[in-house]
Amino acid sequence: MTAAITVYLKELRESLRDRRVLLNALLIGPLLGPILFTMILRLSLATELEKADKPVPVVVIGAERAPNLIEALKQQGLVPEPPVKDIERAVQAQSVNLALRISEGYATDWEAGRPAQVEIIYDSSRRGNGTQVDRLREMLRSYERRTSVMRLVVRGLSPQVGTPLVIADRDQATPQARGALLFAMLPYFLILTTFIGGMWLAIDSTAGERERQSLEPLLANPVPRGQILLGKLGAGVTFSFISLTLGLIAFSIAAHFLPVQRLEMSLRVGPRDIATILPMMIPLVLLIVVTQMLVSAFAKSYREAQTWLGLLQLVPVIPSILLAVAPFSPPPWMYAVPLLGQQLAITQVLRGEPIVQTTLFLCTVATLAAFAAVFFVAQRVYESERLAVNA
Amino acid sequence: MIEVEQLHKSFGTKVAVDDVSFTARDGEITGLLGPNGAGKTTTLRMLYTLLRPERGRIIVDGVDAAAQALQVRARLGVLPDARGLYKRLSARENIDYYGRLQGVPPATARSRIDALTQALGMQDIIERRVEGFSQGERVKVAIARAMVHDPRNVVLDEPSNGLDVMATRSLREFLRNLRSEGRCVLYSTHIMQEVAALCDRIVIIAAGRVVANGTPEALREQAHEQSLEEAFVKIIGSAAVGALA
Repeated sequence: MTAAITVYLKELRESLRDRRVLLNALLIGPLLGPILFTMILRLSLATELEKADKPVPVVVIGAERAPNLIEALKQQGLVPEPPVKDIERAVQAQSVNLALRISEGYATDWEAGRPAQVEIIYDSSRRGNGTQVDRLREMLRSYERRTSVMRLVVRGLSPQVGTPLVIADRDQATPQARGALLFAMLPYFLILTTFIGGMWLAIDSTAGERERQSLEPLLANPVPRGQILLGKLGAGVTFSFISLTLGLIAFSIAAHFLPVQRLEMSLRVGPRDIATILPMMIPLVLLIVVTQMLVSAFAKSYREAQTWLGLLQLVPVIPSILLAVAPFSPPPWMYAVPLLGQQLAITQVLRGEPIVQTTLFLCTVATLAAFAAVFFVAQRVYESERLAVNA
Repeated sequence: MIEVEQLHKSFGTKVAVDDVSFTARDGEITGLLGPNGAGKTTTLRMLYTLLRPERGRIIVDGVDAAAQALQVRARLGVLPDARGLYKRLSARENIDYYGRLQGVPPATARSRIDALTQALGMQDIIERRVEGFSQGERVKVAIARAMVHDPRNVVLDEPSNGLDVMATRSLREFLRNLRSEGRCVLYSTHIMQEVAALCDRIVIIAAGRVVANGTPEALREQAHEQSLEEAFVKIIGSAAVGALA
């Protein structure tokens, strides 16, 4: 065991002097997820929120035919803009986003109590246009409702006659669950952080050591190769785990800067959540790093190891996509699948749901079993002649 | 003392080492001489148990390498063909790492490193990080690293590769000292002059086989040549012809 500790300490010391390892494990890895995530979220939230409050600029054609309508729309946030020639073409050319045309016969139809036509002209294939169109339509509808109520009252009828249905929204999602829907990506980012944290050390301590010609003399020492593997694995796991911890802290800080309150969501990754997630992730960190070491032990060069580990990073995307497209209530066996189980459990913690001890146990045991299997294979590879000699 | 008996090793269909036997004695420098690709490195790799021989035995100080690989590695100081150092560690840290792996007590390791620093003339570089060291400086560190546990047997694979004249001279000096301390030194090279300048006993390998084994004088007599170089050419040549026939 002393040899494993010697190897472990040396790998740590060397890595702490390697700017690339530090940069990846302690900065890029932990920050990449939160920063990307915050940016994506802020961008999408900001556009949604701003649109809900911002005035809606609309090119109005024939405003003089319906002064009352335009006045009512203005009060709801419409900003009329001067008419444009050949409005259909202007919208197609995307020089105008949204236009409202009051028909020629509007005034006569209105006076006669016939339905008067207004046209909304827009391009539905343009991204981000939908909200504005909806808002204009909603403004028109509310004007329409008001007018119809007044007409019924004038004719001595109850306004309720014109309202056969009352629709009320009752969203049953808890504020936390609504946030977690947005945070469905978070488990993936956390697992990615774990990958990045261990990756450079895994490459450096096997494929890198072989490429720099220091593996052969190392193996000439009277130390069982399993101990060398253990020491290197320990160093990789340490970095990966630090990376994950920093990533979680970064996320909990990032959550403060997200405008989630305005969407009536609660999104807190508090110290307690971190304390729940971290121990849960230990078996997965072990599995990920030992797999990285196994892959880079097979690789003939540093670059080849980099390529393979890059591909390996994409593996956790699979359960993420699965969970995103099929947001079903997961059957218990899914917790026994490494990666998938942890992603499910993290999502649960973020939703503020209690974690069932048996599923957590299942998840831990299954991942540890997978780790033991990969470690066994890695040890066999370490014992083989081709580890040091590319014959 | 290193005893090698009828070693055999092949990679796929290529036979790298074919029935190699020799003995390297204590207090002597034994040269393993042969052209590139003759099987020298493969033989040495089997010695320090990096590779497993298909047939044959290796005994170091009476310990069987197949049965007690760790014991054998502890008795050897090895400078392999690959001699990469950890460039982010200082020379001392590099050597100390191997001391720990060899199980040398820290205090002993410290005094050993100081003694090796003196012997190899590394006073200027011992505390510096290895990154940017010259070839000669790197070989010195690699040798010190191999000697940190004070091994009775020293195995060096082409140690003078890439060294300039001065560095080669001081390397020879160092190896002679090892011999006078009574150690067993096994030295592989493809350069005839190296062997002539240094070795008490020469084992010539060609195409994976031992073609001659003896003192320089014995080899000259065997080939009926005055110079060792001529003898070497004649022996290797006849081996090549023999392989062809």
